[in-house]
Order: sequence, then C-alpha cells, then structure tokens
Amino acid sequence: MKPIDLFEETYGAVIVNKVRSGLTMLGIVIGIASVIAMVAIGQGAQGSIQSSIQSIGSNLIIIMPGASRSIGSTVSAGRGSAETLTPDDAAAIAALPNVAAVAQEVSGRYQVLSNGQNTNTTILGTTSAYPAVRNVQVDQGNFITDADVAVSNRVAVIGPTVLQDLFGSTTATATPAMALDATIRIKGVDFKVVGVTLSKGGSGFNNQDDMIYVPLSAAQHYLLGTSAYLTEVDVEASSEGAMAGVQAAITNLLLSRHNISDPTQADFNVLNQADIVAAASSVTNTFTMLLASIAGISLLVGGIGIMNMMLTTVTERTREIGLRKAIGAKKKDITLQFLSEAVMLTFTGGAAGIVLGWLAAFLVTYFSGTATSVSLGSVILAFGVSAAIGIIFGYYPARRAAGLSPIEALRYE
Amino acid sequence: MMRTIIECRNIRKTYRTGNEDTVVLKGISFLINEGEFVAIMGPSGSGKSTLMHILGALDTPTGGEYFLDGRNIATFTDDELADIRREKIGFVFQAFNLLPRATVLRNVSLPLVYAGVEKEKREKIAEAALDDSAFPKAFWRHHSNQLSGGMMQRVAIARALVNDPALILADEPTGNLDSKTGEMVLHTFQSLNASRGKTVVLITHEPYVAEHAGRIIHILDGTIVSDKKNDARRIARKTDDEAHETH
Repeated sequence: MKPIDLFEETYGAVIVNKVRSGLTMLGIVIGIASVIAMVAIGQGAQGSIQSSIQSIGSNLIIIMPGASRSIGSTVSAGRGSAETLTPDDAAAIAALPNVAAVAQEVSGRYQVLSNGQNTNTTILGTTSAYPAVRNVQVDQGNFITDADVAVSNRVAVIGPTVLQDLFGSTTATATPAMALDATIRIKGVDFKVVGVTLSKGGSGFNNQDDMIYVPLSAAQHYLLGTSAYLTEVDVEASSEGAMAGVQAAITNLLLSRHNISDPTQADFNVLNQADIVAAASSVTNTFTMLLASIAGISLLVGGIGIMNMMLTTVTERTREIGLRKAIGAKKKDITLQFLSEAVMLTFTGGAAGIVLGWLAAFLVTYFSGTATSVSLGSVILAFGVSAAIGIIFGYYPARRAAGLSPIEALRYE
Repeated sequence: MMRTIIECRNIRKTYRTGNEDTVVLKGISFLINEGEFVAIMGPSGSGKSTLMHILGALDTPTGGEYFLDGRNIATFTDDELADIRREKIGFVFQAFNLLPRATVLRNVSLPLVYAGVEKEKREKIAEAALDDSAFPKAFWRHHSNQLSGGMMQRVAIARALVNDPALILADEPTGNLDSKTGEMVLHTFQSLNASRGKTVVLITHEPYVAEHAGRIIHILDGTIVSDKKNDARRIARKTDDEAHETH
C-alpha cells in the first residue's frame, strides 16, 4: 500500500465521522493547548526573573562581609553586618586576573530633603566603575567621576524613583531637568545633583531606581563617619567562563588576607550571579514542571479517549476489515491503516492545540500582563507528544483489527 | 490439455471446541480446470462454507493438500495467504461487502490499492472491469450505498475481476437478491465464463442457481456425494432494465 493511498483511506475514515472525530480530537486539543499555555506561563516567569537578575549586571560577582558577632556572644547581627571588607581588599581583588572592573560600595538609609519634600532612601557611596559593573545607565547629566571620589565632592546621582519623590507631585511627573543642579540635603549635608539614572524597572529590595549615588569618599566622610570598611564589593569578571575561576581566586585571596585557614569560618560571602540565576531558575523550573504535569494529565485523558474511539471503530468496521483482508490486505496494511487514523486524529488535534495554547498564552499576557513565552522547543515537544500518543493509544486497537480472522470478520453482523 | 486451477487432495478440516473435535470436511478431493463453471451445492451445515473458505485461501485445511494454480497453499502463513488471495482469487459475497461511503470506482480498485498500483492505472483497470461486469458508466462516481442490490453485486463482481484472478469465487451471490436481479448476476457470471474464459466457482444451496453451472459438486456432511457435468444447464437471460433503477 502506497503512503498516498494510506493517507487517502485514513482521511476518508476520519472525515466520515466528523462529529465523533472532532470530539475525540478535542481531548487532545485541550491537552496540548494546556501544556503549551502552562509551559509558556512557566517559561515566561522564568524569563522575566532571569532578565531581572541579569539586569543587575553581567558576569557579576558580589562580595559581602560575613555576620558580625560581639565578643563572648553568640548573637549574630546578620550577614553583611561585619566590618571586615576594606578598600585594600577591593584593590587586591582588582589586581586578580580576569577581573574586568571592581566597584566598591558603602550604603545606608537616610532621610533626604529637597524642594520642600522629603523621602527616606538608600544612599550608596561608590566609585566610577559602578555603572559598568551593575548595569546602570545615566539618563541625563553624568555619573560620579574618579575626581569626585578623589576629593570627596558632595555630588549626587539620583534614581528615577527618588526624582519623582523629591521633585514630582501626585499630579505631575518630574523630569530629570528639574533635578539637575538642584541641591538635596542628606543627613543634614547638602549635595548637588549631577545626574539622573535611567529606570531599570526593578522593585522590592535593592531597587536601583530608588537610590542616591554619591562618591564613596563623600559617603564615608559626611554620612558614615568612617573610611575603613565597605558594605559590598562588586566584581565584573571578564567573561562568563571565567566566573568560577575568579570567584575561587577572590575567596582564596580574601581568606589569606584575613588570615583565615578554615574556609567555613570565612568572614565574607562571595555570591556568583550564575548561582542566583540557577537558584531562581530551579524554583521556576519546579513551577513549570508542576503546571506541565497537570496539563499532561489532561493529555493522557485525551489519549485514552482516542483509544476508546479507535476500539469502537474497529468493532464497527469488523466487516470492512474482513473484506480488506479477503481482497489481499496484510496484517501490516490493516495495522498501518488504523494506526495512521489515530495518529491523524492526535496530530490534527495537536496542531489545533498548539494554536489554541499559543492564543491562550497571548491572552494571558494581554489581560494580566504576565510574561509568557511559547518556545519552539515546547511546540516541537507538543507535536512529538501528540504523535506519540496516537501511536501508543492507537497501537492496541490497530493490532486488534489486524489480528481479526478474515472469516470471522466477514461473518460479523 | 486444460490447465488445472484447483486441485484438492483429501482435504480435511477439524474444528476443536472445548475438548470435542468437530470434523467438518472428511476428505474432499476434486480437480477444477481453467475455464470451468462449477457449482458447489449443499444444505447448510454440509461443510460447503468451510470448503469455500479453504478454496478462497481464507483458511487452511487441517489435513490434505490444496493446490491453487499449481501451488500447495495448505501450509501458508496469514500474510502469504493474503498475497495469494490478492493475486489469484476474486471474491463475490452474498452481502456484497462494499465500502458504503466510497465511490464505485474506489470500491472496484481497492484490491489494486493493496497491490500498490498507481491511482491512474488503477482507475483504468477498474473502468475496464466495470465494463466487463456490464455496470452502467453513469454510476461510476456514485457512492456504493446509493445503488440497488443488483448494482452492488455487479460492483462486487467488477472488484473480483480487477486483479485478473485465476479463480472467481462466489459465495451465495444471489442470496440477497430478488429472482430478477439474481438472474442478471448469474448472466454476468455466465458471460464472463463463456466469453472471457474466467474460471468460476459458485457456492450455493439453491438447486436452481447451481443449474446455471456447467458442473455441479454436491456436498453432504463433509463428503462429496456427487460430482457430475450438468447436462440441463440453464442460461440466464440478460435483463437490462434493472440498471436504471436506484434506491
């Protein structure tokens, strides 16, 4: 039997029972559509989490001080509270191979006044390398320069959220031009605004939009009153492949600089951006798996529907099978005919399901704003799965048809 | 010397139901030559259907040898039998067994689909077979369930002819037809046999139908009781008015 004839037979048989074929297909359509939509929602969530992690900088390694404990006490003040990281450590890290840039940070939260309005926000003392390392872009004006850091200039670069809080109102949006060259008062000290950063769209903790950047030295002199310790060091590795090596090198360097022989007792933490991405990904992966397996169950039910219909079809067409065998159809021909019927049903259902699932994902994005992403991989997988379901659930009925004795089949009433 | 199409040597068939053996055929032997028109006649339960299944390579005997067109097919596997049926035998059944939602042409060319013949060639052969079985051209594209019984049986006869078989095997072909259309079908068989030299084996329980054959084999209780030339052969009349009647 030629493939074209097989297709013709199959198409004819499927089209004869339009309603029944349609309803059976519907099970697969819903199954595939929900798999596609669920995976799209899961992958969309993963994508948006990953991109927000990527937005804090590329090839980024963050070093934070460890937890501080008072002498004779076991009470921990929490990670990052110890005063163990020094500007000299940062300079030594900058000298390591494969380190592209190093930004030092000190930070604190203070009340900020300007223009008759006030807000409480994070003040970050840093160096000129910060925008490159942490992926921050200046909208208008300029960022803190090396010269500012060298002479402790009282200049500030403000984030868009701070700009709105200090210069805008409930009815009007503040423009960067309104803030440039204005004076803001942080902890009673006047700073001149020299730049406004572009919005990064972040939210929650460590929101880089809700921040004021000042020179590292100015923050130490005027705000913190200390110049000895850093609250964070950001390191940009020269490439993604070099990150693990750089991370290990930093750990070894700091252990020896801080005279610590047991790595478990380290007074600092080195966080790799890839680790953060991996941790977040594993959460969203679990989420995606959960959604996909729920959808998979409906696909399984659809498959059983296909099998049920195929078994009914085989019984109904017993005489036809007998006739086909009498006029020379082999077992293989009959098996193929019924198998391809099942595959045609699931494949058509799968194609419709992909379109429907894609549409559902699109509507979810359109109405709820949740990011979704229909990947080529999940489409190919859906096609593969629907064809496989056709073969798996069509095989038993097809074998049953092929195994019928032509005499019995012809006698069947 | 005529070529031998069918040679049965002491064919036996036993069915086993539970612990009991039922002997249906108790040693059947006969020869059928090319171009013969033979009726196998017997009442129901005589074993004629079982014999028909064996002659048609739908089943294998439990004992004896069966040569069809020179090949002993008593020991063939299911798929080998399928090949034999496709190449050597054209079946005509009592219940027509057409695909109801397929066109006449599609029904007739179905055996060629399994033979792997191209569609265009297939339809040419099918059209020729329809002409041979005197099926009116106007109905070639009709679905087979739109036809009358007599018309359906002629489609079935055309289907039996398309693979140019060595043997046409008809199992009670007039059983579901009224006497007039039955006459018409018998006429088709007779003309195929007479003018085209086709070997026809007709299985029936009706003496009237059997009398249209040139030779009658009587079967009773699994054995042949008589096998003789039919001297008083009936000739079926051609009745063409039926061709214009549809349901």
